[in-house]
Amino acid sequence: MKKDIKLLVEGKRLDGRLPDQLRPISMKVDVISRADGSAEVRLGNTIALASVYGPRALYPKFLQEEESGIVRVRYNMVPFSVDERKSPGPDRRSIELSKVMRLALEPAIFLEDFPKAAVDVFVDILQADGSTRVAGINAASLALACAGVPMRDLVSACSVGKIEGTLIVDLNGIEDNNSESDMAVAMMPGRDEITLLQMDGELNKDEVLRLLSLARENCKKIYELQKQAIREKYKSGE
Amino acid sequence: MSDLQEKYVLELLESGKRIDGRKFDEYREIKIERGLVQKAEGSAVVSLGKTKVAAGVKLEIGEPFPDTPNEGILIVNAEFSPIASPEFEAGPPGEDAIELARIVDRVIRESKCLQLEKLVISQQNVFIVFVDLHIINDHGNLIDASALAAIAALKNARIPKVENGKIVREEFTGNLPVIFTPVVVSVCKVGNNFLIDPDLLEENVLDSRLVVGVRDDDKICAIQKQGSKPLKFSDVEKMLDIAIAKSKELRRLVG
Repeated sequence: MKKDIKLLVEGKRLDGRLPDQLRPISMKVDVISRADGSAEVRLGNTIALASVYGPRALYPKFLQEEESGIVRVRYNMVPFSVDERKSPGPDRRSIELSKVMRLALEPAIFLEDFPKAAVDVFVDILQADGSTRVAGINAASLALACAGVPMRDLVSACSVGKIEGTLIVDLNGIEDNNSESDMAVAMMPGRDEITLLQMDGELNKDEVLRLLSLARENCKKIYELQKQAIREKYKSGE
Repeated sequence: MSDLQEKYVLELLESGKRIDGRKFDEYREIKIERGLVQKAEGSAVVSLGKTKVAAGVKLEIGEPFPDTPNEGILIVNAEFSPIASPEFEAGPPGEDAIELARIVDRVIRESKCLQLEKLVISQQNVFIVFVDLHIINDHGNLIDASALAAIAALKNARIPKVENGKIVREEFTGNLPVIFTPVVVSVCKVGNNFLIDPDLLEENVLDSRLVVGVRDDDKICAIQKQGSKPLKFSDVEKMLDIAIAKSKELRRLVG
């Protein structure tokens, strides 16, 4: 929880970044050959892997939707991804995150194109250093696109927050644990629509709106990197 | 719900009306019954129209978390009892129950309404405050009702007497230190309309919903977007305005 740590020294963050600076980001697609689509996204030390299977037949039958497909998302932190080993399997946090990530991705997918079928999205966090859910969404969205799932747009996500009264983007682990407030945002940048919005802390309305526009700006940067990662893959003609 | 009902509710909303005649920014009748369960250190049953949620606060003694040695512990849990809806099943909590409990947890924790630092008993022992939410009837808008029940139960709760490291039940040393009254207003979007406190039928036709936790000083302590349709950036400001305005009404009821 909150400790007495200075998170900002002379306007710079502990890892040397400026408040509105993203960490180094890398994105690769098609990293898991068995999956229909997959991606790896790194935000600084945070490493998220996503794979997509489907659209594929959905059983048992009662789960099927007559006129549309369904999306299932599983967010999972691997046991060695954090300081204190996390026991494997879903906990309450990952169940909630799986739900909000599903809702973040769903609006981008033409579900009506695959009635009675399911698209399964699996996100594994190999290393957690803050902003894991947004790294996972970025990876999942790339994996969906690479699986050829029909989509309205990519979903791009980033975290923003407030430390020592300053608004910042892309929280790392220590900032995440000690921030005054934090917010996760996912959007379809091409449509300028929000698909995930979570915030906690203590903010007035104006600060919420300022954080939201900071997130919007940075989601657009992530969007460009996502498109570049897909182009990179198909340019090489593999 | 049948397609016919769904169509009817949607058409009504589009023409600016609600199925029970309420205004878009009007809650159903709200009732708060405090102290119903004497076995609990604090309790409240909240009705929002036909929706009914019971919250109970129990205190236990335990070791503090290693990273917060000078604080008590807050644990919020929700049970969607099969008594409350044909859609609820017995067994471990599903994602909706977990999400609801975690949102209420964040609203209480982030608003700092409960002074956890005042719940230390000794170097080894602190109070663990369990807030259990028990859904009795799901007739729409469980989240606002649950948060209201939780804060009402916390404000109703007393600290039990401790003797030789054990709790003496039914003897108390004071009230639980609750210094703010955060409430949750969920603002819903259907088409181009915003409304609050959806009834069961309305809940089935919502596009999206923004759950907003608001503290006494209008500070926002938690936000969670729900629903499978996206929101526009301009929607968020409108929804926050509605949430802040309506939060005062709810807070007055908690007292």
